[in-house]
Amino acid sequence: MLAFIIRRLLQSILVMLTVGLIAFALFRFVGDPINNMVGQDTSLADRAALRESLGLNDPFLVQYGNYLINAVQGQFGISYQQRRPVADLLVERLPATLELSLVAAVLALLVGVPMGVYTGLRREGFLSKVFLVVSLIGISLPTFLIGILLILVFGVMLQWLPTFGRGEVVDLGGWTTGMLTASGIKALIMPSITLALFQMTLIMRLVRSEMLEVLRTDYIKFARARGLTNRAVNFGHALKNTMVPVITITGLQLGSIIAFAIITESVFQWPGMGLLFIQAINEVDIPVMASYLILIAFFFVTINLIVDLLYYAVDPRLRVDKLVAGGHGS
Amino acid sequence: MSAGAMSDGGKKRPLLQVEDLRIEIPNRRGTLIAVDGVSFQIDEGEVLGVVGESGAGKSLTGSAVIGLLEPPCHVAGGQILLEGRRIDSLPYEEMRRIRGREIGMVFQDPLTSLNPLYTIGRQLGETIRTHTDMGESAARRRSIELLQEVGIPAAERRIDQYPHEFSGGMRQRVVIALALAVNPRLVIADEPTTALDVSIQAQIIALLKKLCREHGAAVMLITHDMGVIAETADRVAVMYAGRIAEIGPVAEVIRNARHPYTHGLMGSIPLVGHDVTRLAQIDGAMPRLNAIPQGCAFNPRCTKAFDLCRQERPELVSTGATHAACWLYDEGGRRDGTHG
Repeated sequence: MLAFIIRRLLQSILVMLTVGLIAFALFRFVGDPINNMVGQDTSLADRAALRESLGLNDPFLVQYGNYLINAVQGQFGISYQQRRPVADLLVERLPATLELSLVAAVLALLVGVPMGVYTGLRREGFLSKVFLVVSLIGISLPTFLIGILLILVFGVMLQWLPTFGRGEVVDLGGWTTGMLTASGIKALIMPSITLALFQMTLIMRLVRSEMLEVLRTDYIKFARARGLTNRAVNFGHALKNTMVPVITITGLQLGSIIAFAIITESVFQWPGMGLLFIQAINEVDIPVMASYLILIAFFFVTINLIVDLLYYAVDPRLRVDKLVAGGHGS
Repeated sequence: MSAGAMSDGGKKRPLLQVEDLRIEIPNRRGTLIAVDGVSFQIDEGEVLGVVGESGAGKSLTGSAVIGLLEPPCHVAGGQILLEGRRIDSLPYEEMRRIRGREIGMVFQDPLTSLNPLYTIGRQLGETIRTHTDMGESAARRRSIELLQEVGIPAAERRIDQYPHEFSGGMRQRVVIALALAVNPRLVIADEPTTALDVSIQAQIIALLKKLCREHGAAVMLITHDMGVIAETADRVAVMYAGRIAEIGPVAEVIRNARHPYTHGLMGSIPLVGHDVTRLAQIDGAMPRLNAIPQGCAFNPRCTKAFDLCRQERPELVSTGATHAACWLYDEGGRRDGTHG
C-alpha cells in the first residue's frame, strides 16, 4: 500500500515536471514576451535591459529551473497585462471555478447515479426510455448551446435567473463564496446545470451499462437464490460492484469539469479561472496561460491519485498486502 | 396433483412435485421449447440426480423450481408444487421468501458465486438475517458454526475474509454453507463440482450429501457426471432434448437401463478394470431446440427405432423398476402417464 502510494506520487511528480516543461516552453515559442509587454515606442536598449532583468537571456535549462523553483513556491510570475502576480490572480479566481465545478460534479453524481440504477433495473420501463433519449440529447448537444438555451428560456424569457456573473459573494478569509447569498445561489443554478449535464448523462449511461453487466453475474443470481430482498440485491450487491468504474470516470470527469469550465464560464461570464484564461489567450498573457496549465494539471494529478486510493477502499481484492494465504489459500 | 404420487410405495409424502413442466424461450424466429412436459417428484430427504447432455434442459428445470428463470425464458405450462403448495405462479415477494428458506441453491462456479466485495461473514449473516429474526451477533455465531460444519478450518478468523482469499474448493464449501444457512427443505445443486479440480470433486459431493442428510434437506443434483450420480443419488432422471427419457432408482438405471438413450449413456462411462480399447458412443448429437424431430426426440440416433417412434411421442411408462419414455415398453396399453 505504502509502496503503491510512493510509486504513484513519483509518477505524479513526473507528470507535473512534464507539464511544467510544456508550460515553460510557451514562454519561448509563443512570440516574444517583451514585444507583448512594452509599447511600440520603447527603444531597443530599453528592451534589452528589460530582457536582461527578466532573466530571458539565461540558458534554457537555467530558466526552466528557476521557473520550476518559483512555481513550487507558488510564484508564477507577473501577468504581462495586469502587472500583478499571477498567483494572486489565480487565487482570486479559484473559488469561483472550484465552487461551480464541485456543485456541477455533485449534481451530476446525485442525479446521474440514481438515473443509471433506475434505467439498469427497469430496462424496458417507459421512464427508462425517456431518460435514455434525454441523455442522448445531453451527450450530443454542445455545452455552450445548452448554456445559451438556458439563458434564453430562464434568463431572458422567464427572467427567473440571472444570466451572468456570480451574484453577491461573501468573503470568508480569502475564499469568496456565492453559496451564502440568495443571489449567489440563483446565479449558480444555470452554470452548474450547464456544466453538469454532459457529465450527468455520461455517469447515467456508465452506471446503467455497469448495472446490466453486474446483474448478469452469478453472485447476483446466487444472492437472489438465497432469497435476499430486491433492495439488498440491487443496492447492496449490484450497485457496489459498479462503483469501481464509476469512481474512475467520475474522477477523470471532475478534472474535465474544472478544466472545461472555460466554456461555461465564458457563456455565463462567470468570474472564474476559465474566463481569466480566455482573456489571457486574447492578450497573449503567457504567465497566466502557463500557470493555468500547471494548475489544471495539478488538479488532474491530485484527483487521479485520490481515485486510485478510493479503489482500495471499494475493492478488497486490491488490498493485496492483507491477503492471508491460510489453509487452502488460493 | 393428479399424477400418481403414491406409486413409489406411498411411504413418504413428496416434497416437490413437478408436473408437465414446459419452459419456453421466445426469440425472433418464434418460440423454442426448452423443457417439454417434464414431470417428476422428490421425496423428503431424497437425492434425485438429473443427468443429461448440455442443453437437455436440466439447469432450466432447476432454475424454474427456484423461480429464477432468466427472461425471456419462462414457465409456459404445468405446475411446480412444494409440499402441495403451488409455487410457480407466486408473486415475486412471496417466492423470494421461499428462496433460501425452503429451497436453497448451489451454483456451478464457486469462483463467481460469491460477491467479491463483501466478506464471507457478511454474506452469511445477511442470508440468515433475511430469513430469521436473529440479531447480528447470533447470526455471526451461527455463521461460524456453519463454516465449521462445512469444514472451513479456523472459521472464527476466516469469516472476516473476502472470497478471493479462499481457494475454489473452500469457496464451494462456503457456497454450500450459504445454501444451507437457514435449513431449506430442498437444495438444488446445479453442477456443483463441474468447475472444481477432480481431486476436490469427491470431497464436495460427499460434504453436500452428508450435510443435506444432517439438515434433512432433499437434493436435486443436476450434473452430467454419471459417476457423481451413481455415488450420491437415490433416484435419477435422465433428460434428453427437454424431456425425461427415463427415471428410476439409480442402481436400476445404471445397471439395467431400459431406454436406448440411457443405455447408450451408460455404455460411454469408462470403468476401471474393464479393458476396452474404445468406449461405446451414441452416433450423432442431441438435436437443437429448433429441430427436435417428430415423435421420440431420440429416434434419429436410436438403433431400435421403428415407425411409431418417428410419428408419436412416447410418454413415461413403467418398465418394472424404472419409468421410461420409449415405445419399446409401451405394449399392452399401459399408458397411464405416471412415474415415480
